[in-house]
Amino acid sequence: MSDFEYANAPESKAIANISPSYGLFIGGKFVDPKKGKSFSTINPANEELLSKVGYGDKSDIDAAVKSARAAYTKIWSKMPAKERGKYLYRIARIMQERAREFAVVETLDNGKPIRESRDTDIPLAAAHFFYHAGWADKLEYAGFGNKPKSLGVVGQIIPWNFPLLMLAWKIAPALAAGNTVVLKPAETTPLTALLFAQVCQQAGLPDGVVNIVTGDGITGAALVNHPDINKVAFTGSTEVGKAIARSISATKKTATLELGGKAANLVFEDAAIDEAVEGIVNGIFFNQGHVCCAGSRLIIQENVADEVLEKLKKRMSLIRVGDPMDKNTDLGAINSKEQLNKIEEISKTGDAEGANRWSPDVKLPTKGFWYPPTIFTGVTQSHRIAREEIFGPVLSVLTFRTPAEAIEKANNTMYGLSAGIWSDKGAKVLWAAKQLKAGVIWSNTFNKFDPASPFGGYKESGWGREGGRHGLAGYLTSDSKVNK
Amino acid sequence: MIIDGSEKSLRKFLSDLPPVDQVGAEARAAMLATRSIKTSSKAWAIDMAISMVDLTTLEGADTPEKVKSLCAKAVRPDPSDLTVPSVGAICVYNDMVKIARTELDRIGGKSLPVAAVATAFPSGRASLAVKKIDTQDAIDAGANEIDMVIDRGAFLSGRIYDVFEEIRVIKEICGKKAHLKVILETGELVTYDNVRKASYLAMLAGADFIKTSTGKVAPAATAPVVLVMLEAVRDYFTLTGTKIGVKPAGGIRTTKDAIKQLVLVKETAGEQWLTPDLFRIGASALLNDLLMQRMKLRTGHYASANYVTVD
Amino acid sequence: MSSLDVNKTYKLFIGGAFPRSESGRVYEIKGANKKFLANPALASRKDLRDAVVAAKSAQSGWANATAFNRGQILYRIAEIMQGRSEQFVEEISALEGVTTKVAKLQVAEAIDTWVWYSGWCDKLSSISGSQNQVSGPFYNFTTPEALGVIALFAEGKPSLLGAVRTLAPVLAGGNSAILIASESYPLPAITLGEVIATSDVPGGVVNILTGKTSELLPWVGSHMEIDGVDVAGLNKKQEDEIKLVGADNLKRISRFAPANHPERILSFMEHKTIWHPIGI
Repeated sequence: MSDFEYANAPESKAIANISPSYGLFIGGKFVDPKKGKSFSTINPANEELLSKVGYGDKSDIDAAVKSARAAYTKIWSKMPAKERGKYLYRIARIMQERAREFAVVETLDNGKPIRESRDTDIPLAAAHFFYHAGWADKLEYAGFGNKPKSLGVVGQIIPWNFPLLMLAWKIAPALAAGNTVVLKPAETTPLTALLFAQVCQQAGLPDGVVNIVTGDGITGAALVNHPDINKVAFTGSTEVGKAIARSISATKKTATLELGGKAANLVFEDAAIDEAVEGIVNGIFFNQGHVCCAGSRLIIQENVADEVLEKLKKRMSLIRVGDPMDKNTDLGAINSKEQLNKIEEISKTGDAEGANRWSPDVKLPTKGFWYPPTIFTGVTQSHRIAREEIFGPVLSVLTFRTPAEAIEKANNTMYGLSAGIWSDKGAKVLWAAKQLKAGVIWSNTFNKFDPASPFGGYKESGWGREGGRHGLAGYLTSDSKVNK
Repeated sequence: MIIDGSEKSLRKFLSDLPPVDQVGAEARAAMLATRSIKTSSKAWAIDMAISMVDLTTLEGADTPEKVKSLCAKAVRPDPSDLTVPSVGAICVYNDMVKIARTELDRIGGKSLPVAAVATAFPSGRASLAVKKIDTQDAIDAGANEIDMVIDRGAFLSGRIYDVFEEIRVIKEICGKKAHLKVILETGELVTYDNVRKASYLAMLAGADFIKTSTGKVAPAATAPVVLVMLEAVRDYFTLTGTKIGVKPAGGIRTTKDAIKQLVLVKETAGEQWLTPDLFRIGASALLNDLLMQRMKLRTGHYASANYVTVD
Repeated sequence: MSSLDVNKTYKLFIGGAFPRSESGRVYEIKGANKKFLANPALASRKDLRDAVVAAKSAQSGWANATAFNRGQILYRIAEIMQGRSEQFVEEISALEGVTTKVAKLQVAEAIDTWVWYSGWCDKLSSISGSQNQVSGPFYNFTTPEALGVIALFAEGKPSLLGAVRTLAPVLAGGNSAILIASESYPLPAITLGEVIATSDVPGGVVNILTGKTSELLPWVGSHMEIDGVDVAGLNKKQEDEIKLVGADNLKRISRFAPANHPERILSFMEHKTIWHPIGI
């Protein structure tokens, strides 16, 4: 018998210079919130305090929007497009230079494994800036007319699951298209946004082009409702997305919304089974399942279900849960107590409604917020765990008999963000892709993102696309749409 | 019985195997390569890797003296540190087997097996009669293990039953005297689907070990190839209850490379395979890098090649 | 006594290295003030042959790198060029006889040209590829692909910008290049090679030759491994000549207006259309 236990392999925290406190980033400087209030952000892996950041209220939002408007009118909208692009290139390069620092801070603030922040979040974030920097002076070729115009000031609200990456998805295209921004990071993950503000300073970005106002839901609402913003960009829950749509209904504001999902991951009998199992694991356990496009409903062709499940369980036993700063950790901490409660509540309905819960034997740390990787088999479409977004490492497993049945079950949801197809037969993959009502379809892969690839959902998963040429549309005026 | 020994049942079994997706397999291997193996686990891995090395010399210029000094290295890799384990085996051409076996017995390496390459290694291009004699010679000279090559030409032209039969016949000659490693020469098979099929074919025909390469062709033991072979032995065990070993050979030169192999084993076939009885590494230069890394762990500073022996 | 300048020897740039011409020949370049500047190599047809071998062997690796990677490298060229601005300004002033101010503008524009094309690498199929709505149960899409080895005859003046304007777009598209510097204003092209050599560009992707245009022209035109030509630096007669000879392997030959445009990339690309049935 062997004894190949992986010893602790911690990434060093030393590189992260987290200040004990941060102000709001308005007009190119860090300033105290007008009412002087602040709130704490903790490390969800051990509940330790990381920093106290400024609490932005309505008056701070107002100051930020004013600053963004002034920067737009006086500087940014007048600047030659190629110079705008160069600021974005500078930002991208500095993010690459400071990549390790960003990765460590992201892991400490969010709870995700350092391997993921290091290998996925941060490189993709820098790539988004690099990609959009290239569009800044090429908008006339993007298919939006000869002289596409920016909108003005954009209010952006981002979630806690991929803090820096979501910031990049919002700010990069907005700036490339010539807008200025006020961005409100998520309450539990403000730190990499504040580090990003420092990068803006290092890049010499003109004051007021980017403003970062930390706060909570009330801060976000103040931003959405501010009379002098032209557009809202939001990523978060469908519930809040609908509230935003109602808030702006009588205004001239446009919005792009990137909301929830309950993606089906379809495994056909002719799939490359071992790779499909990897894809299933990646689909629901990557980032602790805190992913809007997570493959949270596994739908297996019945005649290979036993084989797939047996391999899946064996593979799940290899998942290493623990200290996010350990380079060998696969599954990190749940981002907050609140989220943990939600996961536990919905998962319990799985037990109550008769599904079969299974988790490998994992030893969870005592401090911090943790949930083991979990699957429920014997799930049907009528179970709550098959309908509601859990946003955690919990997979619901269903089966299908024919391709048509697979599609029917996959589409039977109010969401439409993403889907997965596992089959080695090209025609079948394309056929299924054609039938599925989802904005992003992964065939024989999952959770793949690229700045050149448009991302967004059908139905109640949102409005609009982010990334690619299509993603620019949300930040340019339309030749044809009228805003009354 | 999963096959009945006929060509028809062999073909059906192999064509029913699930496909391998190249991008997915390579991604899985790449992810496992990011495992960070430090301190105590690194020390354990180094010693385990040393004990798994099939210390090899397969050159036209091999001489009796060259083989004898290899034997000394195999038994006592570091004369200044007797806590270093001996290697897994010695691997030589079959006309050097007698010299190797005699020398090992003389210097305290009685328990160290001698593996002989056979069946017109490395190309496999000779008649079955010649391959049989090649194997018998090695066994008669005292080889404890036979590393045979499959006929890649037959495999690639679809004559899989010929490949199967050859392995079966060589296994018969080995009998109880030697364990049989079957070299697939994955670099010539090219696709992962072929590697999977060839792995099962070899196991069904009686291989005790499946081996990636002769070391004479690149690419050799790449991580995704070893991954696919480990999946094959894992699933074959589920199917039959029999554990077959895996031997990557060629291109594994550094401690880092070797440790990546052990991670692949642990997280694919499982901990049960982490023993020289089920996993070997065909290498020559690797051993000294393992010794230097071992020294670094002991002393805390980077070692120099001056402090390890050149065979 | 102040320290004597160590004058540069201007060699060719082939396969990532700086060899002399295999013919051993050089020719004299004098500055605008008629003072001796340098003896750049006088490339022979064998140097061209070697450049094509290098370009051919490097091309598929370059085309198969991700577009993101190509974009990063072209941006890196801009970064390194920025760092060497003063060297280029001096060289251009001496060679072309323009003021420092005018030379600075040229260098700035050359740097911006690299940045502009760097941003195109991963956007080409957005503007030139498509999924086509054919009648039938088929998935049909068109995608641009690199052409291969492209020969570029750079304009004389502006000596640096003219070279960069032809080179950056063909690299953005995944091609490898053989840049034939202007006969009379060759020096910045070789210094450009030094920038390229230190910018993570794989050896052979860019090759730069100096010499007599009329000597090299027929060999460029007839070489069957050269797939395309940009004739910016040729006169009408030379252009006609190369079109006549180039017809033997149907070289794609173009002349562009002296400005940046994605067409300069797309003209040196192929478009492949793929069909695949849709069905269970």
